[in-house]
Amino acid sequence: MFYREAGQFKSTYPADMAIFPLREDRIGIAVIILAAYSLAFLGNAFLLQAVMIPFLVFSLAAIGLNILTGYAGLLSLGTGAFMGVGAYACYKLMTAFPDVNVIVWIFVSGFFSAAIGALFGLPSLRIKGFYLAVATLAAQFFLQWCFIRIPWLVNYNVSGALDAPLRTLFGIPVLGATATPQTRYLVVLTIVILLTWVASNLVHGRIGRAWIAIRDMDLAAELMGIRPLQTKLLAFAVSSYYCGVAGALLVFLWYGGAEYDVFNINQSFFILFMVIIGGLGSLIGSFFGAALIFILPIVLGIVLPAMLSPFGLSVGADVIEHLRFMIVGALIIFFLIVEPHGLARLWQIGKQKLLVWPFPY
Amino acid sequence: MDILYKVFIEPFVFMGEAPDLLLQTLWEGLVSGVLYALIALGFVLIFKASGVFNFAQGIMVVFSALILVGLYEKGVPAFLALILAIGAMLLLAVAVERVVLRPLVNQPDIILFMATFGLTYFLIGLGELIFGGNPKEMITGPLFLPQGTTELEMFGGLVRFQHLDIAAAVIASIMIGLLAVFFSKTRIGRALRAVADSHKAALSVGISLNQIWVIVWFAAGIVALVAGIMWGARSGVSFSLQIIALKALPVLILGGFTSIPGAIIGGLIIGVGEKLGEFYWGPLVGGGIETWLAYVIALLFLLYRPQGLFGEKIIERI
Amino acid sequence: MRAPDNPVAAKGDVLLAVDNVSLGFGGVKALSDVSFDIRRGEIRAIIGPNGAGKTSMLNCINGFYYPTEGRITFKGVKRPKMRPYEAARGGIARTFQNVALFKSMSTLDNIMAGRSLKMKSNFFWQLFRHGPAMKEEVEHRRVVEEIIDFLEIQHIRKIPVGRLPYGLQKRVELGRALAMEPDLLLLDEPMAGMNLEEKEDMSRFILEVNQQFGTTIALIEHDMGVVMDLSDRVVVLEYGRKIADGTPDVVKSDQRVIDAYLGVAH
Repeated sequence: MFYREAGQFKSTYPADMAIFPLREDRIGIAVIILAAYSLAFLGNAFLLQAVMIPFLVFSLAAIGLNILTGYAGLLSLGTGAFMGVGAYACYKLMTAFPDVNVIVWIFVSGFFSAAIGALFGLPSLRIKGFYLAVATLAAQFFLQWCFIRIPWLVNYNVSGALDAPLRTLFGIPVLGATATPQTRYLVVLTIVILLTWVASNLVHGRIGRAWIAIRDMDLAAELMGIRPLQTKLLAFAVSSYYCGVAGALLVFLWYGGAEYDVFNINQSFFILFMVIIGGLGSLIGSFFGAALIFILPIVLGIVLPAMLSPFGLSVGADVIEHLRFMIVGALIIFFLIVEPHGLARLWQIGKQKLLVWPFPY
Repeated sequence: MDILYKVFIEPFVFMGEAPDLLLQTLWEGLVSGVLYALIALGFVLIFKASGVFNFAQGIMVVFSALILVGLYEKGVPAFLALILAIGAMLLLAVAVERVVLRPLVNQPDIILFMATFGLTYFLIGLGELIFGGNPKEMITGPLFLPQGTTELEMFGGLVRFQHLDIAAAVIASIMIGLLAVFFSKTRIGRALRAVADSHKAALSVGISLNQIWVIVWFAAGIVALVAGIMWGARSGVSFSLQIIALKALPVLILGGFTSIPGAIIGGLIIGVGEKLGEFYWGPLVGGGIETWLAYVIALLFLLYRPQGLFGEKIIERI
Repeated sequence: MRAPDNPVAAKGDVLLAVDNVSLGFGGVKALSDVSFDIRRGEIRAIIGPNGAGKTSMLNCINGFYYPTEGRITFKGVKRPKMRPYEAARGGIARTFQNVALFKSMSTLDNIMAGRSLKMKSNFFWQLFRHGPAMKEEVEHRRVVEEIIDFLEIQHIRKIPVGRLPYGLQKRVELGRALAMEPDLLLLDEPMAGMNLEEKEDMSRFILEVNQQFGTTIALIEHDMGVVMDLSDRVVVLEYGRKIADGTPDVVKSDQRVIDAYLGVAH
């Protein structure tokens, strides 16, 4: 029908190696991007502020962790802390150099978390699997302690919290109380699209192959001349870069200000769950996972009271939070059992079916 | 030079000047070390028999204690509540074997590990849904846990021993002893060790994996309950205990994942190291280093000896 | 496919020499005092009963283990203690007894991964997948397609190798090793578990690699027929010791070899 492989012949290697070799896929992506941008003008402030901005921010963090855990096969429980490094670095940079555009600092702050991430990635040469997970817990708790105990990081302000000062882009406020959700959404969307494109370039090239090779069969990869330490450290650095940028976006473009506590271990876990449910080793899966885990409590908050109110039962916010934990936990187990490649694989199967529709194969 | 003096000389001088404080710190370190060891033991039990690294062990500690306290608060007599809590752990073991382990058998370790994250969050949600999220007091009197303190005069000062801590150390030691006997002397214990060495070999001599899994998860649940009662009596029952329970992970790294003596010694090292570090070196950097010191010790240790103190050296083959 | 950097030199000069190598794990000795050499351009077989130390020998050669005693000389230089990736850099490629492919990658990507050492474009261009990065990618894709044609695996180009049957996986693994354009190719039981037809194909590929590109090959194989047909010289190991060395005919008639394989009355 409208989604077919037939008739699209590739006469050059670059065409065959394109990330979306199918014309329909390319059109689909263009439509999604267009729709995302027009949402800034069609959607109301609540939708942008409470749904779309956090969804994009978490997607970016999930892409970051997916690079490390999904592609390079290195499990990390320190994502929250690496996000925090980005946020604190961004705060220091933009308050120390207020004249430089804040967008520049958002991108630069990622390099700080990349460096810290690579540092905590050093043990990955010698340890694997859950041993490494415990090592990253060291990063989580140590960095969180730093956020609390080093007042220099928040310029000695009494509250100990990060706040978003007023910053503009082309004269329009993007940070601070006067920035509209619309502007912030557009900034976040652009950054996320740009970084997703870069991530997709990386994972489809030499570096991505090296990551997957190390994940699938590290000894064989080493005998191909792939250097394990460099490859793993690069994965840590790139992953932490993404998390760092996501952390900066989270604090300054979503919350508008935050305390150290948003970078706690539960944050690390929720990002990891997004990656598992969305699909390990899939960029698009990171978006699916972020959507499911982030939007779930919102939907529960709307659906449950509506379902229970006819029976005279009321549902508190705490109950929804507890149910969220239970459902997310159950979903993790469900996906690991039924489809370890997550929502991304379901998506792929759907596309495959569509390709040959109406025939079964 | 000043900083070097403060790091390398001053704390030791201080230790020598006030041995009573040192003894007090050591004692507190030992008690929390014993409790870490007890939590770590739950991990070791499950890891030995099923190769699953059970991240949910920490949560099982809180969950079991919460059931006990929650039932008691609802008017169930203490000992009945205790029995019901044990029953709940059995139910949990059966459910985990049915729902999680059986469908995931033969999956890579890391998948099973992640499944236990799911279990962790499920249990947190369930526990809070039923019993609410507020911290609770552990019942001590009806369970005949001693209260009060003994103060002994020694080294020119008073050293305080909480009776509860003494009881915790004694009970934990008894538990550990019982488990050691269980593993080496009973038929099931030997079967467990067989399963740990090779699943296939165990199957071929007629040991049922499913039964073994239920048994070890149940045993780990009871260990968790004991640990939960002890920790709960010291610092209340709430899911913030989970953070403390995570400390069992560095303990395991020190001790190795398969060794019971390793878990004990690792627990003691971490417990004592943490308290000493916090008391003598913590003030240098503003305190609060207890939250991460254990992990950093484990991390540094890993770099020298990835297999742990008592683990077997891993030879990779291709 | 291009020929390796050092094309066929005269058969005869020594590419790799193993001198008095011993290898022990704790108390167990996997190899004791083994010496032999591999000459440029030849197919050298290493045979022996199970547990004779054949795979351990390969592991020493490609740097996965370091001999406890003795030395290995490669291209005239004594090998220092090194990591496997350094051996790969030196021009040693390898396939495995139990296929060690990157399961989730396609055939194409697996073989592309074998080109890792030859790919140089920097991280900056990798970010954009344009310019030098893309040019390089296309260049190597061309080489990889030649290997795919050579091994006759065009039809499985884009299939994740985890789904392929065993025989094809072995072939992809050979392709991945060839992509490294090695000076020395180590094949660990390339024909294990294959049927007759697959064995014939694999033998043909091995001979062609050797003859067309002049690649030196060391192989471990249990099928005596294959070994005798393919190899120029054979070294026989038993219990970690060398018991015979020479042309297939010489080895075949060696009494100790016959004893080792058929068992000897004690």
